[in-house]
Amino acid sequence: MTEHSDFDQISGRTTTGHEWDGIKELNTPLPRWWVITFYLCIVWAFGYWIVYPAWPLVSGYTSGVLHYSSRADLAVELANLEKIRGDKMVALGAASLADIEKDPALLALARARGKTVFGDNCAPCHGSGAAGAKGFPNLNDDDWLWGGTLEQIMQTIQFGARSGHAKSHEGQMLAFGKDGTLKKEEIVTVANYVRSLSGLPTRPGYDAAAGAKIFADNCTVCHGDAGKGNQEVGAPNLTDKIWLYGSDEATIIETVTNGRAGVMPAWVGRLDPSTIKAMAVYVHSLGGGK
Amino acid sequence: MSQASSSKTMTIGESGLSLMFAVTSFLCVVAAAKAVDAPFAFHASLGAAASLAAVFVILNRYFDRPAALPAYEINGRPNYNMGPIKFASVMAMFWGIAGFTVGLLIASQLAWPLLNFDLPWTSFGRLRPLHTSAVIFAFGGNVLIATSFYVVQKTSRVRLAGDLAPWFVVVGYNFFILIAGTGYLLGVTQSKEYAEPEWYADLWLTIVWVTYLLVFLMTLVKRKEPHIFVANWFYLAFILTIAVLHLGNNPALPVSVFGSKSYIAWGGVQDAMFQWWYGHNAVGFFLTAGFLAIMYYFIPKRAERPIYSYRLSIIHFWALIFLYIWAGPHHLHYTALPDWAQTLGMTFSIMLWMPSWGGMINGLMTLSGAWDKLRTDPVLRMLVVSVAFYGMSTFEGPMMSIKVVNSLSHYTDWTIGHVHSGALGWVGFVSFGALYCLVPWLWDRKGLYSLKLVNWHFWIATIGIVLYISAMWVSGILQGLMWRAYTSLGFLEYSFIETVEAMHPFYIIRAAGGALFLIGSLIMAYNLWMTVRVGEAEVQSPVALQPAE
Repeated sequence: MTEHSDFDQISGRTTTGHEWDGIKELNTPLPRWWVITFYLCIVWAFGYWIVYPAWPLVSGYTSGVLHYSSRADLAVELANLEKIRGDKMVALGAASLADIEKDPALLALARARGKTVFGDNCAPCHGSGAAGAKGFPNLNDDDWLWGGTLEQIMQTIQFGARSGHAKSHEGQMLAFGKDGTLKKEEIVTVANYVRSLSGLPTRPGYDAAAGAKIFADNCTVCHGDAGKGNQEVGAPNLTDKIWLYGSDEATIIETVTNGRAGVMPAWVGRLDPSTIKAMAVYVHSLGGGK
Repeated sequence: MSQASSSKTMTIGESGLSLMFAVTSFLCVVAAAKAVDAPFAFHASLGAAASLAAVFVILNRYFDRPAALPAYEINGRPNYNMGPIKFASVMAMFWGIAGFTVGLLIASQLAWPLLNFDLPWTSFGRLRPLHTSAVIFAFGGNVLIATSFYVVQKTSRVRLAGDLAPWFVVVGYNFFILIAGTGYLLGVTQSKEYAEPEWYADLWLTIVWVTYLLVFLMTLVKRKEPHIFVANWFYLAFILTIAVLHLGNNPALPVSVFGSKSYIAWGGVQDAMFQWWYGHNAVGFFLTAGFLAIMYYFIPKRAERPIYSYRLSIIHFWALIFLYIWAGPHHLHYTALPDWAQTLGMTFSIMLWMPSWGGMINGLMTLSGAWDKLRTDPVLRMLVVSVAFYGMSTFEGPMMSIKVVNSLSHYTDWTIGHVHSGALGWVGFVSFGALYCLVPWLWDRKGLYSLKLVNWHFWIATIGIVLYISAMWVSGILQGLMWRAYTSLGFLEYSFIETVEAMHPFYIIRAAGGALFLIGSLIMAYNLWMTVRVGEAEVQSPVALQPAE
């Protein structure tokens, strides 16, 4: 092994004199720009430490000449935001739902507020276009489980349905099969009767009179004599073409057998009152508001 | 350790290790029988089977081997130990392809969530750590172990220390990977990013890693060169620091010694700080220092040029080691972490910029006088482009650590893009380059089966990387801007789901980039396979090699 430094023709530099498995190292000095930039970064860091909180002490830390705090910074940002929203949101909070409907400026504000809040809070179940999904109502149509006036929508948003909140909407579709109230054949019969209410075809050999009798004995309490539903207990109208879980025979048998009790959470306490109001206006404006 | 007597006796290593594995096997059977959860029973059974197999292999090897252990030198020339290196190289290629495939799957899941298949084992949440661990620890780790064992031998002119120890390291490490990976699929995780394996896997890794450190150190101690080669400084820094990081981040108390679940000793913001001290230095010492070591051997070797500057290598090495360890808090900007710690994380990251670039300068400038080789040698081109990607991501990193930049980039796809310019461009390419060099050397082949295929690999993978990172830059910045956009009325302009919809086209482009990268690696695997199978043998190996053990 050579321990004397070689001269490298190509770079015009000597090597360090060591060689490992054929690899040598050149005696190139540190690139000037590299050293200068490195020093500048270090100087900048020292400067930053003087200005901003940087080093821990026994109790506390060096707070820097600016006494910067990200917590205080956030408070300022939130205060600025409140300034922009402030008066308008206070006006929105003070106005009644009817007033908002009449005032174009307030209405625009409520819809703008409602739209983003809907996207972040309601869209996961109701879809970003509010078109709903199986078990989650479509909010664009005029078929409402718990009522479609501004006040009713706001009531539902505030307290939810079967949410556990004291003021929540209650009432559920009973499990007629699981509870033993109806036998399997009876459920098939009544499912076909329910299909007939909205003009859907029934299976051959189905006994319409028996279906009507089972329906009258068990279902009319909530769904009404004509099956038109009852918004007091959230019982859907069975005579229209709108189905929360599905209108095919198997799904209806499943619904009657095991019952249904979908949950809408209560938003009171999670969203502030003026935001809930804005959301009610937004949902009402989607197309089906009464 | 060479034995003078001609009668065959078991070494302390052989008898001790087979006894240890026999005991371990028994303990694993007990653990499997008393296990409180199914994954733990499964892992204990794997442990029992593997330990039993180890006893069998060690004894079998003893009965088959000649009385004397392999000599450290034959005719005055070092008798290098290449068997464990071959094993780790093959495993690296295997895990690489597995990791890239899972990466492509989860990238596609983000674009088309249906691909989660509604099964727990194939959900994004379980496959994501499988991907990161497979590429970082399984692929990268095997490349690091293989190259470090090779480089330390060649540049110290001495056979690897230990007889069974190097095999224990490579096989033991891959067993850790198996436990970690199957654990993720079964839902076993301690939910710490890049440190997901549970307590028993961590304990096993500790044993393996300390053995790795000892093998490496003892080889250096016995070296025949007066000075330690620069690559070995980097390897040693990597092995030593990873041991410290692993121990610092993972102290945990198992709920039951017969169950997989444990709780980490640290809590709250201290846990977060430990986690990112670990996480960032896994990047710094595993993915940077370790792969810089690869660069320092394979680039001068392949370019047949001396390393550009010894002085730069020593200054940037110590600067890198000293500064990297402080930079972790930049992962926790604008969180519960105190402001002063955030400042330190950010300023040390900025100071880290030049020490990182020192490595890039040394790598690129070593090519001076040999730039023309880039035209004809796609392997060298791969190595050099990897250094360019290294330079790019070590500029981007400090920039993203600046708090104002971070307030836009944090939690967005920009971070993913940044990580992958480093992972695919730097770590991936430098590993590919090293394996392309290593395989013909290990199997005594004149050269690769096909340089043309390397060229195809290079271009397909490069296009893939460019698609990947540019898609993530655009997507990340778009995402960051949408998150912070306010309307004139003072409300957020976009709901979260709208930002997700906006990402969709970029997720498709990203997946396409990942697919190209995977295709490149398949071409590589074929090329290496053919090199070993049909490659022309080196006529006369300059150094007599021990046949594979």
